[in-house]
Amino acid sequence: MSALGHVGGSTGTPAKLEKPRKRWLPYLLLLPGGLWLILFFAVPAIQLFATSLYDPSGSLEEGYAMTWQFSNYADAASEYLPHFMRSLGYAALTTVICLLLGYPLAYAIALKGGRWKNLLLICVIAPFFTSFLIRTLAWKVILSDNGWVVTTLDALHVPLPDGRLLATTPAVIAGLVYNFLPFMVLPLYASLEKLDPRLLEAAGDLYARPVARFTRVALPLSMPGVVAGTLLTFIPAAGDYINAQLLGTNRQYMIGNVIQSKFLRVGDYPNAAALSFTLMAAILVLVFVYVRRAGTDEVL
Amino acid sequence: MSEQRHGDSGADLNLVGVTKSFGAFTAVDDLSLTVPQGSFFALLGASGCGKTTTLRMIAGLEEPTAGRILLGDQDVTRLRPYKRPVNTVFQSYALFPHLNISDNVAFGLRRRGVKGVADQVERMLRLVDLESFGKRKPAQLSGGQQQRVALARALINHPQVLLLDEPLGALDLKLRRQMQVELKRIQTEVGITFVHVTHDQEEAMTMADTVAVMNAGKIEQLGSPVEMYDYPGTAFVANFLGQSNLFAGGVTGRSGDDVLVEAHGARFSLPATRARAADGSVWLGVRPEKMHLAAALDKVPAGHQSVTGIITDSSYVGVSTQYLVRPAWGDELTVFVPNSGVAAPLAVASEVTVHWRPEHAFLLSRPEGQTVAPVVDAEALA
Amino acid sequence: MLHRLRRWVADRWVMAIGLIVLLYLFVPIGVVAAMSFRDAGRNAPYTLENYKFTWAHWADPFGAAGIGHAFWLSIAIAALATLGAVILGTLMSFALARHSFRGRAATNTLIFLPMATPEIVMGSSLLALFVAAGVQLGFWTIVIAHVMFCLSFVVVTVKARLAGLDPRLQEAAMDLYANEVQTFLRVTLPLVMPGIVAAALLSFSLSFDDFIVTNFNSGSVVTFPMFVWGASQRGIPPQINVIGTAMFVISFLVVLIGQIPNLRRRKA
Repeated sequence: MSALGHVGGSTGTPAKLEKPRKRWLPYLLLLPGGLWLILFFAVPAIQLFATSLYDPSGSLEEGYAMTWQFSNYADAASEYLPHFMRSLGYAALTTVICLLLGYPLAYAIALKGGRWKNLLLICVIAPFFTSFLIRTLAWKVILSDNGWVVTTLDALHVPLPDGRLLATTPAVIAGLVYNFLPFMVLPLYASLEKLDPRLLEAAGDLYARPVARFTRVALPLSMPGVVAGTLLTFIPAAGDYINAQLLGTNRQYMIGNVIQSKFLRVGDYPNAAALSFTLMAAILVLVFVYVRRAGTDEVL
Repeated sequence: MSEQRHGDSGADLNLVGVTKSFGAFTAVDDLSLTVPQGSFFALLGASGCGKTTTLRMIAGLEEPTAGRILLGDQDVTRLRPYKRPVNTVFQSYALFPHLNISDNVAFGLRRRGVKGVADQVERMLRLVDLESFGKRKPAQLSGGQQQRVALARALINHPQVLLLDEPLGALDLKLRRQMQVELKRIQTEVGITFVHVTHDQEEAMTMADTVAVMNAGKIEQLGSPVEMYDYPGTAFVANFLGQSNLFAGGVTGRSGDDVLVEAHGARFSLPATRARAADGSVWLGVRPEKMHLAAALDKVPAGHQSVTGIITDSSYVGVSTQYLVRPAWGDELTVFVPNSGVAAPLAVASEVTVHWRPEHAFLLSRPEGQTVAPVVDAEALA
Repeated sequence: MLHRLRRWVADRWVMAIGLIVLLYLFVPIGVVAAMSFRDAGRNAPYTLENYKFTWAHWADPFGAAGIGHAFWLSIAIAALATLGAVILGTLMSFALARHSFRGRAATNTLIFLPMATPEIVMGSSLLALFVAAGVQLGFWTIVIAHVMFCLSFVVVTVKARLAGLDPRLQEAAMDLYANEVQTFLRVTLPLVMPGIVAAALLSFSLSFDDFIVTNFNSGSVVTFPMFVWGASQRGIPPQINVIGTAMFVISFLVVLIGQIPNLRRRKA
């Protein structure tokens, strides 16, 4: 009722209010931040699109001519389709593994954590306390050819591609999973934490076995967390190039590697912009479809 | 500002034609009432009846769509909440969780620039029996203790009117009874006007000097608890304040000082002083505890009205036994028989005669065509 | 007996998996710590083999050329970006949580989009803008970019806190003679503070650790992550691991100490 009062409370008020309603106040509050986002997020996105249509024969020094070069997109697609597919594939695989690893962890902390809950949660975000590049470099040590992981797998006669882990696809995936796992666990935890354990007891009381208790009660109720977690994992993973660069070879290169090298090394802005813009469009479409399908509009 | 109380000037609270609409919904509809200075006034009604909106308008948290609110001669209708000599005890208390109890209680005085509030805070905490709790945070107190802090936090400002929004709603039954007595004691002690909003009729009757029963944005009836219970003004009030047995009937005439009524083919009479309608369709009402049971028609005392029926249910509730009796026309009557050891319990399915003194009945006007008495939805009360 | 064993396992396997996953999260940190004590130069193979222990790098954490400058630069950028993002973002979240106005949905979308955009796209599009506008890349372009991507996270965090706030608390303050400004300073702000502090910590760590966006907009400025990146191509000085370990230990201790009042309150 009080919420309604703020919206429609003044209809037909005969006398003047002591203080006029400040209709402009929200706009004033939004102005600086909104302007910042428009100027440094929206406008750059438009500029990126414009850049993607420049004549690719120009250069930074001589400047670019706007020639509405839509062929930049066709060129990008034909040449770098494998990188695109690899990015999306790696990101999808990473997301699935993160979900499989992250769900038990979030579930254990939220429902079985007891008084250790906060400490366990701190442990989940603890990796953030140190630089992610440094941590990714540590994976180089862990997966190195004579490191204990490779030695152990050898002793167990597990076949490895080329007899090594570093500079292979599994290494890149392991790095991606490692880097983005906390992004999966935190939203999962947030939604599982709200789950009333009595609901699980009620399900048990109503003849649900543990599996049904999970699939019929816990999982559906934690769907908002699953949706948010998968998005927070998939999006950065699809755009990542650090893991492929440090833990893989050019056979593992993702679209991010191509974009950054075209922008920062080759200086081919129009093609790089076309790739970058395509990546953004692809991810936004995927996110939109996914959120619609999952039926939770209030994701974040 | 000095330590001068702002509540000393005795002033009545007046609402004149107050209306509040939220879009198309009218929460409070042209409501006028006067709360005399120093009285304990209860606004009683089911949820959604507009009682809380009325309270919020008096507090200044909601602005009336039309009408005026006056404190004595001062029009406070459009005054901001912090400029009114009115304080509120909020539902679920709204204690500031980041401040300790002393700071919560001192909040109002400090905002008004009063210096050296420690003594007053201590005195106030003593009044509500919480002297040693000043340094604690609200979360460390029980519900009843928080309730008393909320009261102290409002009272310390010596408002002209203290508003209480379902202040006991969150407490368990026993504590609620205790706090009812406590609130009444404090009100008598400080002599401030209390306006108390509640959906609990027992609470309203226990504490208030004057009760206003609200329904659909309007006041159904206003009066002292005894008056209203004994001689309700409408069928709604008859059922909202306690229970009533209501017979749908019509006035057939007068006989001296008595009004004659026919209902369901039976004839009844009652003194004209107990009738709010002189002709047409009426409700004849009798409270369950005013009805008595007799094993046979010839055991009915002379001068009593009576109806014969079959006992369909009896429930033993300690102080009394509550019987349901079905007369020939069907609608069951509720009869409370005190377990005073005088009469032997009656068996279900036995035939009995229900009887009452004519002056214990009351007569209310009944809209043509209404055959079922308006009952308060139990869910709306929760 | 077997039944009991099954129950014991059934009760604990989820926690067991959880702990193994946690271990996975911690292994690289252990490696970083170990590497910080390794007695080897920056051009030795980056492995744990032939491990020799030394305190030397801890005695001189800024011993590698450029590392100290990069570190303090990142701290400065993170502090500025946090300040900017927290101020702008808090204002925005008040508007969104407290007011109804036209353009609310559009504003929410504008705030959501940066979180749904890969960093490489944000970084490259800002680069495209700065280049087109002829802006000199450097310290300030990094700060601008960091404020931009931290902003959305601040809004989300503070807005959540505001949404959980009982509106009656502000009404109670107004009822108790606090005007709008006093209500804000005495009641609303203190109650929203935990959200603002959380948002600030998040912003700081996002900014301090950012590599991708920074890489596009830094010009010739070298932040700490940029320094690490450069080192990973040319040879990693052990001091990087010293700083990494120290950051981890200090942050962990600070957060743990922050938890102590919580633990005590639970006992009371």
